[in-house]
Amino acid sequence: MKEGRPLLRASGVHKSFGEVQALRGADLAVQPGEILAIMGPSGSGKSTLLHCLAGILVPEKGEVWLEDTKLNDLSEEARTKLRREQYGFVFQFGQLVPELTALENIALSLLLAGQKRSEAFAASEPWFDQLDIRGLENRRAGEISGGQAQRVALARALVLKPKVLFADEPTGSLDTLAGEKVMELLTKATKDQQTTVVLVTHDARVAAYADREVIVRDGTISKAERRGNV
Amino acid sequence: MLYTGCIVEDMTASFALLGLLHNEPSYGYDLKKTYDALFGREKPLAFGQVYATLARLLRDKQVSVEGLDQQGGPERKRYAITPVGRSELATWLGKPELAHPGVQSTLFVKVATAILIDKSPHEFLDAQRAAHLQRMRELTKLRREGDLAQTLRADYALFHLEADLRWIDTTEARIKELTQEIQGERG
Repeated sequence: MKEGRPLLRASGVHKSFGEVQALRGADLAVQPGEILAIMGPSGSGKSTLLHCLAGILVPEKGEVWLEDTKLNDLSEEARTKLRREQYGFVFQFGQLVPELTALENIALSLLLAGQKRSEAFAASEPWFDQLDIRGLENRRAGEISGGQAQRVALARALVLKPKVLFADEPTGSLDTLAGEKVMELLTKATKDQQTTVVLVTHDARVAAYADREVIVRDGTISKAERRGNV
Repeated sequence: MLYTGCIVEDMTASFALLGLLHNEPSYGYDLKKTYDALFGREKPLAFGQVYATLARLLRDKQVSVEGLDQQGGPERKRYAITPVGRSELATWLGKPELAHPGVQSTLFVKVATAILIDKSPHEFLDAQRAAHLQRMRELTKLRREGDLAQTLRADYALFHLEADLRWIDTTEARIKELTQEIQGERG
């Protein structure tokens, strides 16, 4: 990956929960279009780092930037707006609305962003082919498999064409083949629309889909892995 | 102490001996005893292999004979590591291993040797993890572009690399414990 001006960067980020110091000066830079895997042992701070980069958590010390926007300086409301408009999220369990159909789940993020119903549904349609879930449009989220649900969740995250997709253990609840299918599709779809990906995983086979990996240990990025970082 | 199944290659054994000499000079007999306790519980190093390895290290100027001892018995040579030996050891420790059957033993010897010479094993393990992940990326690309037979062959290699990585993660989580054991073994 060619190193230029990073799209997303964290500098000297500290974050604590009570007396537990989850991050102790984490530095990271993510290049535009890059798929970056954040790895590390349980409790190392990798999910906290993702949440700080995503503007869900605000660090006590250090800075997080998305291009020219410093996230620390934004109000809660402004960060929510930024997350809704510029970021997409996929978590371990799809967190779809079980009562809605797959199509409605995908269109939901567009409807929340203020798009008309007909436009939102039309924009959601092509994702059924892109993510190989054609035929599931009218199935309720509670009636589809875990792998299919993750692909619907991925479509819901990507339909807004976010600058960054944050994925926290996106295949953690899937078997090997279903997980690989999700990663194949995630990689292809994000490369096609040039979405940058920050992926938290403990699974080396999942990390192997990324362009680069960093290891978080004791709340900092491991020294040997800092190539390309600030 | 229990270090199972160490079938250590000749080259690895020579670096392990350099690691044992890193902190202080020693005799061939004592090196064998310490080596067996640390690395060769199930497959001890033969005396012949110890002396042949020391002779090779001597020839390559990686060790020197520091003194001779003959207190009522046969003459004993006291070996010391040379600057060349230290440099070779540091290079070996810093270099990730290529994935191959039996790589586990070499990885373990590197971790234990790093601890013996008071060097952090994390640096080596991180470099090894990065090298393994790079190979996994290549194989993932290969399986994406290949036919089913190629995919299944790549899968086989990927599962083995994944097993190595799991071992690396588990070892990293137990470095403190391992350091205490090794230091205990050294007295």
